[in-house]
Amino acid sequence: MNTATPANTATTHYPAAAVDQGIETRTLCVLVDNEPGVLARVIGLFSGRGYNIDSLTVSETEHQKHLSRITIVTRGTPMVLEQIKNQLDRLVPVHRVVDLSAGGPAIARELAMVKVRGTGEMRMEALRLADAFRARVIDATTESFVFEITGASDKIESFINLMIPVGLVEVSRTGVVAIARGPEAMQDRAG
Amino acid sequence: MTGAKTETQASTETIEMTGAEMVIRALADQGVEHIFGYPGGAVLPIYDALFQQNMVQHVLVRHEQGAVHAAEGYARSTGKVGTVLVTSGPGATNAVTGLTDALCDSVPLVVITGQVPTHLIGNDAFQECDTVGITRPCTKYNYLVKSVADLPRVLHEAFHIAASGRPGPVVVDIPKDVQFAKGHYFKPNEFQHKGYRPKRKGDPDKIEQAVAMMAAAKRPVFYTGGGVINSGPAASKRLRELVKLTGFPITSTLMGLGAYPAADPQWLGMLGMHGTWEANWSMHDCDLMIAVGARFDDRITGRLDAFSPGSKKIHIDIDPSSINKNVKVDLPIVGDCAHVLQDMLQAWRAGGYAADKKGLTAWWAQIDKWRAKKSLAYRNSDEIIKPQYAIQRLYELTKDRDTYITTEVGQHQMWAAQFYQFQEPTRWMTSGGLGTMGYGLPAAVGVQLAHPNSLVIDIAGEASVLMTMQEMSTAVQFGLPIKVFILNNQYMGMVRQWQELLHGGRYSHSYTDALPDFVKLAEAYHAHGIRCQHPRELDDRIREMIEVQKPVIFDCVVDPAENCFPMIPSGRAHNEMLLGDAATRVEDAVTEEGKMLV
Repeated sequence: MNTATPANTATTHYPAAAVDQGIETRTLCVLVDNEPGVLARVIGLFSGRGYNIDSLTVSETEHQKHLSRITIVTRGTPMVLEQIKNQLDRLVPVHRVVDLSAGGPAIARELAMVKVRGTGEMRMEALRLADAFRARVIDATTESFVFEITGASDKIESFINLMIPVGLVEVSRTGVVAIARGPEAMQDRAG
Repeated sequence: MTGAKTETQASTETIEMTGAEMVIRALADQGVEHIFGYPGGAVLPIYDALFQQNMVQHVLVRHEQGAVHAAEGYARSTGKVGTVLVTSGPGATNAVTGLTDALCDSVPLVVITGQVPTHLIGNDAFQECDTVGITRPCTKYNYLVKSVADLPRVLHEAFHIAASGRPGPVVVDIPKDVQFAKGHYFKPNEFQHKGYRPKRKGDPDKIEQAVAMMAAAKRPVFYTGGGVINSGPAASKRLRELVKLTGFPITSTLMGLGAYPAADPQWLGMLGMHGTWEANWSMHDCDLMIAVGARFDDRITGRLDAFSPGSKKIHIDIDPSSINKNVKVDLPIVGDCAHVLQDMLQAWRAGGYAADKKGLTAWWAQIDKWRAKKSLAYRNSDEIIKPQYAIQRLYELTKDRDTYITTEVGQHQMWAAQFYQFQEPTRWMTSGGLGTMGYGLPAAVGVQLAHPNSLVIDIAGEASVLMTMQEMSTAVQFGLPIKVFILNNQYMGMVRQWQELLHGGRYSHSYTDALPDFVKLAEAYHAHGIRCQHPRELDDRIREMIEVQKPVIFDCVVDPAENCFPMIPSGRAHNEMLLGDAATRVEDAVTEEGKMLV
């Protein structure tokens, strides 16, 4: 198995896959025209070129200009991440791509709704844990709660894990939204 | 002042007409003279509008793929935007191969597709398909126009997007009710797209840095690509100036042939998988690589971790996503080749830079040693026509004419690239990125339409050309005297070559039994058929082909066993290329290589 030419390069005319460098996680903010199909373009780019999407959120943020902001959490080698940014940037309806992980400190938050079912002591435990995590009760019946929790993804992850033994039924999460710290808007920042 | 005033007035003035009429008006206002297409239910209103005007001439093809390739040939040989009109459903899906081809090779196209009426979209109506969904990954941009009010803007925008920046195909999908609806048309005027603004000028600091690196280089090489051709004639002119000024050697990709004249002593020939010994070794051993409008494709680089290991790399490209995609470069310059090359010339002259004479002399001495290998040599025969010889004769007999060459895909394409000497840009139309068999014949139709008095030759293989052979009918109908020069070896030659090298000579389905009689086939199309089987007849037959004033199918029966060399085998680097010259018997090279590979 120590041959100079691996079997796979001998039977294909394509060059061998590059050996992976370190994989990094990045949060990208993409400002796009809110037009039909724009999300399909972005997602199609990721699936077509074999990039990863860990999380994706989208909403119109500037109604007058019909601009939407997409927040994508993605993973890859530095070379792939640079490609992702450049490929996104050349899509016609994309105005701006900013790598929040690279351009200085940024804040990322996620919102989750967590449904828990139980009675008696379990019910009390669920409430105590929710209080510790500063989750709010937004719906209640005699045998269930729906909690709303906001925070960084890992905090939400721990909260959900704690809810499993006390009767977790269902979770709905928004995915990550993010913004840079400091006074500058996204448009003014270097990518 | 008054001129400007009337222009403003003209651009705000609107005329009421139907959506179908707007399509024709917009085409005419964008300077379109010819459109390639095929009618069908969902585009009948546009065909009706076509019938009632004489601003735009429609060329009826025999298959929608042919329409797109013809538009590609038209666009690449003129520098204008190529246009296509096809119907919904199968019309649109048949266009997909051509769209993908145009995207890969950055050809500006506007392709108008009919769509079922808006109220039926999503209903699985007759001849309905999700055209924008299907074509999204194979276009630069696409539109579904749901209201006639958007139509004039979308049509003008489509031309702007197709032609600017890195060119590419744009699809405009128009439902039938929008074609019937009345609305207000306005002429194209200066507008800025909301977000799309490609960068044309390169960063001056980086250009200054680039020329300083060039002046310091001892073993430099220019590596140029299709971007130089796409950038227009000014880019080729400035490239030639810069290469002369510096005295550096220059090689090019398949797509870039003709940007620099092949007759010039500084030209090394094409590089890459079937490139010359001197071009690939120069790339491997250089200390400075200046990539201009090229994208480090896998056919060019070979094994990536052994690609030009000792060089600094400058990369000029209009598309930032082409930079650092495959190969990490030291100095990226984003901009249009013509602008950047102009600025480099200026910076070189203004800075009083001079090339390292001593270094260059030694470098050229080394290059001459590589050239002495004569990597394109082949063993000729006076019994059977060697395909290389056929291309050489074709070149000799057509070089003094106003000639355009298109190709199909395979061995014949590589031989054409190696042996036909291109001296000018836009004379060479080939499917490089996608490698579409069947490209050349319809592309020749498009080229001939744009250049009615030129000699247009499709250098073809017998397998490729059968994929779009029906376009002979188009050529005959429109009196387009294209010459289809088939190197007939009865094999899918490149497939057979790979099977020989990598799959133990098991020629699985690469031999075509029951080929048509191409002479009779030509006659069936009311074209002219020629067969040539012997080297001593070749010149006369080629002369006959040139002189006949109608479309010709030339069946050039060549050595069925010939392989295309030199060659960089799979997973190998530039300095590991194989020669197939007369001194080394092909079989020996294959056996030796087989030992290493299999």
